[in-house]
Amino acid sequence: MAELGIDELQNIANKLRLDVIEMTTAAGSGHPGGSLSAADAIAALYFRVMNIDPADPYKEDRDRFVLSKGHAAPILYAALAERGYFPTEELITLRKIGSRLQGHPSYREVPGVEVTTGSLGQGLSMACGIALAGKLDKKDYRVYCLLGDGELQEGQNWEAAMFARAKGLNNMTVLVDRNKLQICGNTEEVLALDPLPEKFRAFGWNVTIVDGHNIRQIIEACFKASQAKKGPSVIILNTVKGKGVSFMENNVGFHGRSCKPDEYEKAVEELKAVIR
Amino acid sequence: MSGEKLAQRSYYGKALADLAEIDPNVVVLDADLAGSTKTSSFEKVAPERFVEVGIAEANMIGIAAGLAASGKTAFASTFGVFASGRCWEQIRMAVAYPNLNVKVVATHCGLSVGPDGATHQALEDIAIMRALPNMTVVVPCDAHEAYAATIALAKTNGPAYMRMGRSEFPVIKPADCTFTIGKADVVREGTDVSIIACGQMVQTSLEAAEMLAAEGINAEVINMATIKPLDGEAIKATASKTGAVVTVEEHSVIGGLGSAVAEYLSENLPTPMGRIGTKDTFGESGEAEELLVKYGLAKEDIVAKAKEIIKLKS
Repeated sequence: MAELGIDELQNIANKLRLDVIEMTTAAGSGHPGGSLSAADAIAALYFRVMNIDPADPYKEDRDRFVLSKGHAAPILYAALAERGYFPTEELITLRKIGSRLQGHPSYREVPGVEVTTGSLGQGLSMACGIALAGKLDKKDYRVYCLLGDGELQEGQNWEAAMFARAKGLNNMTVLVDRNKLQICGNTEEVLALDPLPEKFRAFGWNVTIVDGHNIRQIIEACFKASQAKKGPSVIILNTVKGKGVSFMENNVGFHGRSCKPDEYEKAVEELKAVIR
Repeated sequence: MSGEKLAQRSYYGKALADLAEIDPNVVVLDADLAGSTKTSSFEKVAPERFVEVGIAEANMIGIAAGLAASGKTAFASTFGVFASGRCWEQIRMAVAYPNLNVKVVATHCGLSVGPDGATHQALEDIAIMRALPNMTVVVPCDAHEAYAATIALAKTNGPAYMRMGRSEFPVIKPADCTFTIGKADVVREGTDVSIIACGQMVQTSLEAAEMLAAEGINAEVINMATIKPLDGEAIKATASKTGAVVTVEEHSVIGGLGSAVAEYLSENLPTPMGRIGTKDTFGESGEAEELLVKYGLAKEDIVAKAKEIIKLKS
């Protein structure tokens, strides 16, 4: 694939957003808010950063992606389909009986899905295992893992954070979708995560903080992480939940519900206006 | 060899060490208990493939899943209470549902853990593990079978839970025994009552069978070393021969071997039966032998239950 420019990647991110709205509306359920906040990072990873081949989804030296915040499955499926792993027509089968597109990602049920996630707090451990296998086998693939911010309240993440540093897993780049909203409200009110960068630093991680909707910053941070000699790296993506659709932005109501018909019309209109 | 006292976990360690030589894909994880679970035997010969995760069982399962998703055969070990209970949901989502090649191998299961007490005596692990789809559940009867089962599990793709005790106890099987997942074996032939047991209780059941023989009752003893998939044919064969079944396990009567056999018989060949196991209770501190007597798992309890069930035969 020819290297895409920032504008093209931004356009793809918005297309993925439109897919998310179409899919979750067709399903009548799902998690659009945290899918939209992650769209730019997912576009950057799948269309620029990661060494992957949709024609050979499990080639040995591929980079691996773990969606620890498995409820954002729609954005992962959208990226896989738009990248050519499976037909985009299949996207609207999300969450329907008999579909490969399970409500939360299921290991290899869809080509390109590397692990099963959905129960929060486990993806980072799985990413550690994949990164460790890479070290054991002397492969130079990288493991990318996207965490939700609320998910960091699960203690298992910090077990994994300790492990990744202790084992020198510098072949792992973790991204945190810091949209500051979880089901019951603001993360800082539900159970404060801040100061989040300091927490990771205390665990010995390389920390970069970027605007999670600035694709250039995301790509640069991923490059920097890939050059790190010591320790694992985390990129904290400052994001807006529901990004890209005005009435969904910072609206926790859209964490776990899809658009009603009038909302759908408006969301599609807004997204189509910015897609070339 | 028969009658020699050996610890299953030592033979698990031996098997892992042998696997290190023959299978480069095997990796072993432990959570700060390598000396107790005997995974240290693997660490000695293949330190680069041994993963110490610290006291973090949930993380251990996730790492094992990631390794398995990358083509490894991952053995993850700790004490039974932690291996099954602490990280049950991690095993459910990260291992069982994606059907990954992770073997959760638990030591220190059952009352015979002894003085550590109830917190450390896994009595519910068979129940919660066999409830998981895709999960194989193996409970070897002695150290030699633990060795053979470890090798067999390594050669079979997919999730498994293997349960072992802490203490040394007499071996029944020869050192060169083989293990077939899903196959029970008759360790003593008889005609009057079937005693279906697993783990250390197979030995106790054989002793009970000798006591019954002295009273003119000819008991058959079945070693049900795989709880899942259950060997229904073996159950049917022995139950139709004797018409009376007693199950014996160092586990709660809720959800374990006894439940599995009861489920099978009630649906396929209703037969009078009774279950020996702990009775909806936690254990306590004490020596293994004292606890087995106090909680109704002694050979005398098996004898009494066998006689009671024989009376129910029509």
